[in-house]
Amino acid sequence: MARKVILCRCEDVTQADVEHAVRLGYTDVEEVKRYTGFGTGPCQGKECLRGIVTAIAAAAGRDPGTLAPFTSRPPLVPTELAIFAGAAPEDDSRR
Amino acid sequence: MIADADIAIVGAGVMGLALAYNLASDPRGLGGKRIVVVDGHYLAWGASGRNGGGVRQQWSTEMNVRLMQESMDICAHFAKRMRINVWMRRGGYLFLARTQEAARRLERNVVVQNRCGLATEMIAPEEARALVPELAPDRTVAACYNPTDGIVFPWPFLWGYAHAAAKHGVAIHTSTPVTAIARPARDGAGFRITTPAGTFTAGRIVCAAGAWSPEVARLVGASLPNRPQRHEIMSTEALKPFLKPMVTVAETGLYVSQSLRGELVGGISMPAEDDGGEIGEVRLGSRLAFTTAMARALVELMPRLGHVKVVRQWAGPYDVSPDGDPIVGELPDVPGFHVVCGFRGHGFMMAPVVARHFAAALRGDPPHAFLSAWSPARFAAGRRTGGGEEMFIG
Repeated sequence: MARKVILCRCEDVTQADVEHAVRLGYTDVEEVKRYTGFGTGPCQGKECLRGIVTAIAAAAGRDPGTLAPFTSRPPLVPTELAIFAGAAPEDDSRR
Repeated sequence: MIADADIAIVGAGVMGLALAYNLASDPRGLGGKRIVVVDGHYLAWGASGRNGGGVRQQWSTEMNVRLMQESMDICAHFAKRMRINVWMRRGGYLFLARTQEAARRLERNVVVQNRCGLATEMIAPEEARALVPELAPDRTVAACYNPTDGIVFPWPFLWGYAHAAAKHGVAIHTSTPVTAIARPARDGAGFRITTPAGTFTAGRIVCAAGAWSPEVARLVGASLPNRPQRHEIMSTEALKPFLKPMVTVAETGLYVSQSLRGELVGGISMPAEDDGGEIGEVRLGSRLAFTTAMARALVELMPRLGHVKVVRQWAGPYDVSPDGDPIVGELPDVPGFHVVCGFRGHGFMMAPVVARHFAAALRGDPPHAFLSAWSPARFAAGRRTGGGEEMFIG
């Protein structure tokens, strides 16, 4: 295994970072997101979530199928402020 | 299994963790007292993990200015003391006023702040643009600026307090919701607290559950008057450092800062329909109405930002009391049950100092003045302090 395995390319989170988080007791995907910063860059976890979940599962000795992904946040893709500024606000006040 | 405790803190947000740390790390000791923190979720799940990380000393009442001066001092030494990087950057806070009325309010507040030794200055619109050249020549009539305010990254603050508290013997149980609390059967028996991980007893309870505090208080049959109010916030892609101060617009509640990671982070006031209603339901959905309102206001404020991309938005609850002041102390009807809540979206920056003095009071030291001003008893007595604080943002 190479010495440095990058799992989240947006935020440079390595496999060792994930293993360190798990050692500190952060085994939930949401906790590891917060502790390592993975998934907070431009791809918002769309590229790295799978690899990170696999790494958490391996480090924590858990079945990857038992790990829920983190809450995905809008927008779906990074979107310019000017586009939102020109959009008609839809009525989504009931959410 | 959760061990019995002398003090059980419900809520592992910044307030609960800071309180646990202050109680456990006191050099005079708590006489071997056992402190337990329980929370239904993971660290940073609640408002402590959802806020904008602003830490400012510009307030409108002398008590709040002085409290925040002390809190800022704790923040400034936090990284070294707790051995954790909290990404603190002190670029100041710039308040813009677009009406004469708002300008006069800022002027009044600057007088109070100067009296406390804070170097806040009223500045002209062109001086504000010298600080932030990206600002459009807009309707700003006046501004005030204090260079020693700043921002932090909220998450590491929680780990810093949590790790330090644990080192001093505090047991922190996350993913452990409190489902029932039985009042002491007789004097000195302690509360019985039920969780999925087991039942334990605690001599005293401190509810530090923020906007969820009324739900916790209901478990002991108490009614708290604070209500949650949804506030949304967004983060952009990371940019080269360009924005020195946190910029806020008095009239719209807009605030925006650039984190040390380079992202712009900000929010804006939305209509009060955000309230969770009578039952106080905490609503955390994200809405396009916020994104468009924020984008319009931000592009109007700094037109050059139009091509900057939003990468993420989320929501968190402000925890609002009827008179706007926090609620801190023992509930008059439930001896041994204390609350520390109602900080109206500003609890994160206040937690370091509030926890320090509240911990001292729980140990029996003479109480800080905020403990009488913010007493829960004021609602029962029909006395609303409404301390006159007017510098809330968002």
